[in-house]
Amino acid sequence: MSAPSLTRLPAVSVDEAISNAMTPVADFISGIIFYSVKIGNPESISYIEFPVIVVWLVAAALFFTVYLKFQNVTGVKHAVDLVRGKYSQPSDAGEVSHFQALATAISGTVGLGNIAGVAVAVSIGGPGATFWMIMVGFLSMSTKMAECTLGVKYRVERPDGSVSGGPMYYLRDGLASIGKRRLGRVLAVMFALFCIGGALGGGNMFQANQATSQIINVTGGEDGPLGQWRFVIGLVFALGVAVVIIGGIKSIAKVTEKVVPFMAVLYVLGCLAVIFTNFTAIPDAIGQIFTGAFNPEGIAGGVIGVLIQGFQRAAFSNEAGVGSASIAHSAVKTNEPATEGFVSLLEPFIDTVVICTMTALAIVITGTWRDTSSAAGVETTSAAFATVAPWFPILLAVAVILFAFSTMISWSYYGMKATGYLFKDSPRAELGFKIVFCFFTVIGASLSLGPVIAFSDAMIFAMAIPNVIGLYLMARIIKKEIFGYRAKVRSGEHAMVDQ
Amino acid sequence: MSSLLVGIDRSASSRRAVAFAAQLASESGATLHIVHVIPWSPYSFTSPAENDQRGVSKHQEIATAEEQIILPAVAVTAEFSVTPTTSVVHGSPAELLVSIAAHLGGAHIVVGRTGDSRLKQALFGSTPVRLIQIAKTPVTVVP
Repeated sequence: MSAPSLTRLPAVSVDEAISNAMTPVADFISGIIFYSVKIGNPESISYIEFPVIVVWLVAAALFFTVYLKFQNVTGVKHAVDLVRGKYSQPSDAGEVSHFQALATAISGTVGLGNIAGVAVAVSIGGPGATFWMIMVGFLSMSTKMAECTLGVKYRVERPDGSVSGGPMYYLRDGLASIGKRRLGRVLAVMFALFCIGGALGGGNMFQANQATSQIINVTGGEDGPLGQWRFVIGLVFALGVAVVIIGGIKSIAKVTEKVVPFMAVLYVLGCLAVIFTNFTAIPDAIGQIFTGAFNPEGIAGGVIGVLIQGFQRAAFSNEAGVGSASIAHSAVKTNEPATEGFVSLLEPFIDTVVICTMTALAIVITGTWRDTSSAAGVETTSAAFATVAPWFPILLAVAVILFAFSTMISWSYYGMKATGYLFKDSPRAELGFKIVFCFFTVIGASLSLGPVIAFSDAMIFAMAIPNVIGLYLMARIIKKEIFGYRAKVRSGEHAMVDQ
Repeated sequence: MSSLLVGIDRSASSRRAVAFAAQLASESGATLHIVHVIPWSPYSFTSPAENDQRGVSKHQEIATAEEQIILPAVAVTAEFSVTPTTSVVHGSPAELLVSIAAHLGGAHIVVGRTGDSRLKQALFGSTPVRLIQIAKTPVTVVP
């Protein structure tokens, strides 16, 4: 989700004006959210910068993994059974299934972080970053479980049958239930505000910007036929988003939702093709990943430096602790909040442990991570793809565009729900947000707004501050919910349904 | 034959199937159950906005089907002085008809021949064909 490399464009006056106006504000906020502990002399190889927000997310993941007694290992089989509908009642037919809630959440999470972010991690941290990325992927499953269980438990079901859930509701109502009413309200409003910022930035401008760059790259770069038409590409994106979220044209949303999972599979297959085209390099690549994880050579900051890169990109990719996915998971039809907690375990697994690892392997095996001629990012992955066939990067470009589009649709929804929370579900406020969202799509695509994107990236991770505070405070509620449910499954009270 | 199950949709052949089954019921004294299955799969892909409205949509879909599909079918059975029971459910049509038939104690299933579009039939096969393959009770297909 973060901005690994920002495309530099020829100076545009409007661009510069906006950039200049935004820079101090963006730097200030970004400086707080991404505050880094610096250890050592900046000139030396052992110099380390440790962004506190990454520690914040990884610590929460570690805490919930231990506190929930490794459900991320022991609960996976049950999660798969739930997704396969083995516990679904016949009367649940026609409502949102576990599979649908999971698929929707995944299409919001799988995005450029899986392609560009991983490339950045490996380029800076070396192959060993892959190992630490997978470790965080595993730990993050626990945070995701915690937030999605709460999301369902405290969701609001209206008389007409529509549902709203997510951190703003569990922060408000969950914390009120343990006597922290005022704190809950404050955290919920903070979360909703950051969520709107994150939706407009990382969930929209950054996606539009990177997808536009990809379109231009595969059509011949800045000198190609589309090189000078960023604004128009942005308009097309905005139009696509507008017909879905404002026009309510369900068919386009449906097509995207259908295409993205196939695209994810196709992307994984693409990576496998890269890996097996270079199969003689597989043992060496695996060796590099392990030795690089514990005994890296020539990596700034040594083992800690590698670890940070892996941690950072994994946390940024699967968004566990950010709270966004909890909004999507909350729509599921279930009487047991913990069921969706179990199902959500699979999300970081698919996102980080499977898809990010694929990207990392493709980059490590082909050695494109060593190439420092271009900025690390989608380009690095694209170069790895090009080792299979010259047209292979086009496949990647299509994947990038679709991932970006689906992430934009998902985040527009998250932002709209946050707006709805702040304005008591006022349709006018929600429409206002949607219009602003489309406007930001055009800005994101057409301008090189480095500081603005850094700012919006910061907003996404700012969401993790109120959210994780809430998770810690409600840890007992989460534990009770999950262990109570496990006991019901063991006793047969929550049994499989004969199909 | 103690019970009959008619699976219907909006097609003309469905109406003929209802008339056929109603006549059979009035002659044999079997009970008649009319069902409309709204095609739905737990494994389809949906957008987040659709998901939070799903509960609302489900009720609307059922209400529309009751009004536009079930009520006209019940009117047809009235001509044969038969009073059917009815239901509208979500799921996979052929599979659900089979399980409802079993639930009714092994009901004879009656369906119209056409319903799905030609393209859909060519791609996925029609409900009657699928039904004939998986049914555990007799199936009558009405042209």
